[in-house]
Amino acid sequence: METNLFKYILKHTRREQVAILAIVILSQVFYFLSLDLPKTIVNRAIQGEGFDEPGATVPFLAVQFDLPEFLGFLGLPERLDLFSGLDLERIPYLVALSLLFLLLVFINGGFKLHINTQKGRMGERMLRRLRYELFDRVLRFPPHHLRKVKQAEIATMVKDEVEPLGGFIGDAFVQPAFLGGQALTALVFILAQSLYLGLVTVGILMLQGFIIPKLRVRLLRLGKQRQLTARDLAGRIAESVDGITEIHAHDASNYMRADIAARLARIFEIRFLLYQWKFAIKFLNNLLAQLTPFFFYLVGGYLAITGRLDIGGLVAVIAAYKDLPGPVKELIDWDQQRQDVQIKYEQVIEQFSPDGMMPTELQAPTRTAGPLGGPIKAANLTLIEEGGAKLLDGVSFELAIDRHVALVGPEGGGKEALAMVLSRISVLSGGSLMAGETDLGSAPEALTGRAIAYVGPDPYLFATTLRENMLYGLRYWPGRPRAPDPAEAARLSSAQAEARRTGNTELDFAADWTDYAAAGAAGPEDIDQRMIDALRVVEFDEDAYQLGLRGIVDPAHRAGLAQQIVSARAALRLKLADPALAALVEPFDRTRYNRNMTVAENLLFGTTSDPGLAAERVSDHPYVKSILARVALRAPLLAIGHKIADTMVELFADLPAGHPFFEQFSFIAADDLPDVRALLGRADKGGVAGLAAPDQDRLIALAFPYAEARHRLGLIDTDTELLLLAGRRAFVEHVPADLSAKVEFYDEAKYNAAAALQDNILFGRLAYGQAQAAQRIGQLITDVLNDLDLRAAVLQVGLDYQVGVAGKRLSQAQRQKVGLARALLKGADLLVVNGATGAMDGATQAKVLDNTLRLRKGRGVAWSLQRADMARGFDRILLLRDGKLAEQGTFAELDRPGTRFQELAASG
Amino acid sequence: MSLNEEFELLRRIPMFARVEPAKLKLLAFTSERLVYAPDQELFHQGDQPDACYIIVDGDAAVMVDTPSGPLTVAKIGKNEFVGEIGVLCDVPRTATVKALTALTTLRIAKDIFLRMVSDFPTMGVEIMRVLAHRLEQTTNQLREAKAAVRH
Repeated sequence: METNLFKYILKHTRREQVAILAIVILSQVFYFLSLDLPKTIVNRAIQGEGFDEPGATVPFLAVQFDLPEFLGFLGLPERLDLFSGLDLERIPYLVALSLLFLLLVFINGGFKLHINTQKGRMGERMLRRLRYELFDRVLRFPPHHLRKVKQAEIATMVKDEVEPLGGFIGDAFVQPAFLGGQALTALVFILAQSLYLGLVTVGILMLQGFIIPKLRVRLLRLGKQRQLTARDLAGRIAESVDGITEIHAHDASNYMRADIAARLARIFEIRFLLYQWKFAIKFLNNLLAQLTPFFFYLVGGYLAITGRLDIGGLVAVIAAYKDLPGPVKELIDWDQQRQDVQIKYEQVIEQFSPDGMMPTELQAPTRTAGPLGGPIKAANLTLIEEGGAKLLDGVSFELAIDRHVALVGPEGGGKEALAMVLSRISVLSGGSLMAGETDLGSAPEALTGRAIAYVGPDPYLFATTLRENMLYGLRYWPGRPRAPDPAEAARLSSAQAEARRTGNTELDFAADWTDYAAAGAAGPEDIDQRMIDALRVVEFDEDAYQLGLRGIVDPAHRAGLAQQIVSARAALRLKLADPALAALVEPFDRTRYNRNMTVAENLLFGTTSDPGLAAERVSDHPYVKSILARVALRAPLLAIGHKIADTMVELFADLPAGHPFFEQFSFIAADDLPDVRALLGRADKGGVAGLAAPDQDRLIALAFPYAEARHRLGLIDTDTELLLLAGRRAFVEHVPADLSAKVEFYDEAKYNAAAALQDNILFGRLAYGQAQAAQRIGQLITDVLNDLDLRAAVLQVGLDYQVGVAGKRLSQAQRQKVGLARALLKGADLLVVNGATGAMDGATQAKVLDNTLRLRKGRGVAWSLQRADMARGFDRILLLRDGKLAEQGTFAELDRPGTRFQELAASG
Repeated sequence: MSLNEEFELLRRIPMFARVEPAKLKLLAFTSERLVYAPDQELFHQGDQPDACYIIVDGDAAVMVDTPSGPLTVAKIGKNEFVGEIGVLCDVPRTATVKALTALTTLRIAKDIFLRMVSDFPTMGVEIMRVLAHRLEQTTNQLREAKAAVRH
């Protein structure tokens, strides 16, 4: 990448820069005119120069220039006449001149707007190009480089550190041209008015231009430090988030706090220094700028008094000078910014230019890539770590492309390195690796990434659905472009033009990139089934099924499935009619009180997204309160709350505060117990009815989380049930519109979009106190789904599961299974597995291995195994030790006394 | 069945007869009433213990796995306490307990049971007494069995 920012900018924006410059130069003409005009207005229209007698006229719009007196020696006339203009009287002349002034204001403003727009667009384009290029380089980094740089730092550089470059790029050439032109114009103008004043101005400007940049060198150094410390801070914060488990596990939080505090202190120090320095320079700069008017008043005043300069001239000089410090100051600012961004640019580029970057051609997008030829011939493979350790040391072998080979050996002995070299995750330091006629070392990624499927020990899952993660291995070419409508097509083509202009890829992200054929599917309609097949091979289908059961189905998107689930609900209800099972579930029935639900749940009888209706706050909800009042529920709930308070005080009074039982069982927190005891005392004296409203509310709140079947205090009798059912009806009848949108009432005939799939089938509550109710009902639900042929649909819902950041919502073993399934789905010619089953238990590992080898019969597998005894099912075994190929052969050949292999297998 | 009934029931169990009523009520409140169908297992030999049980109603069989299949070694019924050894000693279940009839139990989770015992010494002492009594019985049985073998 170009290390000089200016060269980089020029390389990509030469034409645009020239166009803008031309406009800038043109704009200067009008700028000069707008400077000249005030003088004419004051001298001639206002002071009446040239209107010596009433009715006299003066030519308007005459194109003529006053040539400076110091040019007189050239023998030119003092005034250059190009157009003699219209003759106007004094007042119309004033009006005309003023209107002309106004016009020039508009013209100058228009130029500014146009130039700024052009600059802005150019800057943003360059920023886009730069960011894209940086990201492109990240994708081509050699693997060892990524181990050294923190990801947050890379992100900070691409996102934040290049940002000021975008602003500067637009200004890189235009700004000095524009400002310099402006300053020069003003300067020439001043010189034209008075040579002395001009020379004074020039002198002070030179002083300014010399001193200020000198002072700013330190500013730049501080700026560089600020950038580096901020980048470090970002890296460290990201690291703390990633390592949060270790922080908790080792009580390191205060160490980390101190670490960040120390960094912040350093940043504060730098920033404050920077601030002080900046304002000191500003002060000096302003001082110098103000020095000039001092001379103007003194020298200019003297010249005017002595008659060597007219008043209008002096006014114009001062007016022109008003415009001078601005551009000059900005010019100095620009120069500082130039140095600043140059440093930033260099620092970023340095980080993005490691040795050993992958050449661009290896990642060139292609629609098709040939199959992997065979056999695989490895000659003298050598892989040397940065430290100099030889991970592979002269390994040579030949393999048929359609066979299964096990890589075994002690950990770190080379089997892992070989797996990574075979899939070109690691780049060889020496030797050659051929697949048929193709050199794998220089083959494009289109071949290595499609014909070879690699799974490492810690497969990365992206923060999206399980389905998207599975399809990730099939997305190398936008094979199915979207069919946009005309309006969108126009937008698409202009987006592509813009992408071209900024060196971005023109491949459409919104197209369908999935290569269905590679997965053996015809299209989007049957790819889910292929994924489910792959998940079965890795023993993840049961997990996916469970995820599906717990999944949320949006009936708007899957109306059919929602309807089927409602039928499954009916089928389950039928099965539950069996008296042996009936006791396990208490179904939702709008007309009956559900003793396995709390009082609050019985009232609402539905699901809600309103946080005000959450269990801990529901009793305060104004609408809930109004319902209690409407159906006369306050008194019975008050009585229930009173009894609960009584019981809780009796049961928990002796327990020390902080006892875990409070958290687990008590309706009242330990801290509140004394209050409640006092409240009960008041109730004993005057009866609950005599309590103040807040006391009553407090007792009523205790009744809401009470579930009869669970808490067994015998508080809900038939009359109370009837009242609560009346409350339930009233809740539906009077529900206000804003709340209605956030509540979905249980309806036997409708799918509840807010509840999990299995809860929709169950449509009731598991009864408390029934042994193994959950397992037995789970089995029943599975039976019902199988009867209705819905298992596949549930698995599809499971594919919608959001796996979380880096797949953290799955266990490590589950992540490994998904990683392997993703690789299997590709249908690659060679599957390379690098210890990718280590987190699974032994039995599962054996099953997954067995299933995979069966599936891959006739297609290549290279599997780096944790344990040598797992190698039995493979056609060939390579035993690597100290980076060297120690033994090779079939299982039968190697499983003999005295071999390293048997020794290894025996040690487990 | 309400909490009060369970409390009365606990009081009739010798082990808890002398524990203060408030503590027994707390025990009843924090335990879970569980109903088993005939043939359902409370726990299986070798499981990690997570709870002990008081039989409220019905009969259960205590069985051990032998090479020739499961062997019933005892029958237990109303008011009996089962599964406490695993919880106290933190060893895998030494036997399987299976419902013979419809069975109602009070299930006391392991952590709650241990906490009760450590927080309320009276309860701990009572449990110790019962266990010591049981040990004495077993020792007697062993002595008788040895005597029988010798003759």
